[in-house]
Amino acid sequence: MPERIALTINGRQWETSEGTTIAAAIMNTEAACRTSVTGEERGPLCGMGICFECRAIVNGVPHQRTCQMLCQDGMDVTTQ
Amino acid sequence: MKLSYDAVVIGAGIVGAACACELARAGMRMAIVEAQIIGGGATAAGMGHIVVMDDSPAQLALTQYSQSLWNELASQLPPNVEYDRCGTLWIAADDDEMQEVHRKQAVYAAAHVSTEILDAKALAEAEPNLRRPLAGALFVPSDAVIYPPCAAMYLVECAKQAGATLYLERAVAKAGKGRLVFSDGTEIFAASIIHATGASASRLMPHLPVRKRKGHLVITDRYPGFVRHQLVELGYLKSAHSTSSDSVAFNVQPRRTGQLLIGSSRQYNNEGTGVDQNILGAMLARAFDYIPSLQGLSSIRVWTGFRAATPDKLPLIGPTEDASVFLATGHEGLGITTSLATARLLTDHLLDRTPAISLAPYLPERFACEAAHA
Repeated sequence: MPERIALTINGRQWETSEGTTIAAAIMNTEAACRTSVTGEERGPLCGMGICFECRAIVNGVPHQRTCQMLCQDGMDVTTQ
Repeated sequence: MKLSYDAVVIGAGIVGAACACELARAGMRMAIVEAQIIGGGATAAGMGHIVVMDDSPAQLALTQYSQSLWNELASQLPPNVEYDRCGTLWIAADDDEMQEVHRKQAVYAAAHVSTEILDAKALAEAEPNLRRPLAGALFVPSDAVIYPPCAAMYLVECAKQAGATLYLERAVAKAGKGRLVFSDGTEIFAASIIHATGASASRLMPHLPVRKRKGHLVITDRYPGFVRHQLVELGYLKSAHSTSSDSVAFNVQPRRTGQLLIGSSRQYNNEGTGVDQNILGAMLARAFDYIPSLQGLSSIRVWTGFRAATPDKLPLIGPTEDASVFLATGHEGLGITTSLATARLLTDHLLDRTPAISLAPYLPERFACEAAHA
């Protein structure tokens, strides 16, 4: 049984398995990672750090490519 | 059929677009010719800062007059021009530069440009991401920011609505003596031909004292509120002044989208469009020196462009030895600011109206002797 990780996504506590990307964790909350300039919801497209569609605010730093980052205990993630 | 106009403008950058609009609105039968796309040269490469500059009395007169014309136009500009009167902060790093803040304020006050001096504390409150300590700044609230390519598009549309004909994607092979020949051999005729071809001006007129001065810009991802005013180091003038060596200066602009434009660099004798990593590195190091936390932001694009530089840092506006040929080029880094005044002064000249400021300092004839000896 993999270890469980607790993090905050958009102000709510969530639990996920170790090894989960932040992008996947955001998708599990049914939120979009970010909103485009024209107001469209955006989420991971390529899943390999190229398309930049999965950007979100991680521990206060905006525009982080969440498909390239694993969830860690105590992380604070906010969609943007 | 012989196509004939009162005047034809070559180049649909912001200067050419402004000229076409102003002349068409004055009732002239106009054409405007663009080899590529509207506002695709220096107009698209620059920052879009509408700024009063006091490098010389003539520069102050032209930038101030043109800014007043932008102020008149502001309410009519479409939203995509992103007009934002965010003001400029001229940053003083030390006490010496603070002296320059006071000198600059006196010059602006004499020209009736209102400004405000910020001390170190007020500057830190106005722009929390600037490094501390800095000595202070001169705040010029009337300066603004626009997105220039859309402004050029708007001005071309205004020209068309006033009856002007647009010749798009038509390269000019030759223009003079009232006749303009396209590269496909077709021709049009005009009593006045206005060259507004920016840094490419010397292609059609090889003797013009216009040189390409390369610049680099970086744009970041969106960080709304990270910077609130156009920020320029007072040392900027040293960079803009230097006529030979490569130079960089701290110059950061907030866009309405929350993106930041980071500049600036100046280089002669580098006419390739590629990014020069050395000068880009120096430019960013300068920016990081003033705003250390810029280093943590993501940039998304870097590009280059060419300013049309003249030996005395003033544009070329007005008649030439060919009675049918007029110039509106050589605006260096101030073409966005001074485009509207250029158009108005040229129109005043062609229609024999009394201009609001003297055209004399910008007349091409000031270089006539040098051209004769060249």
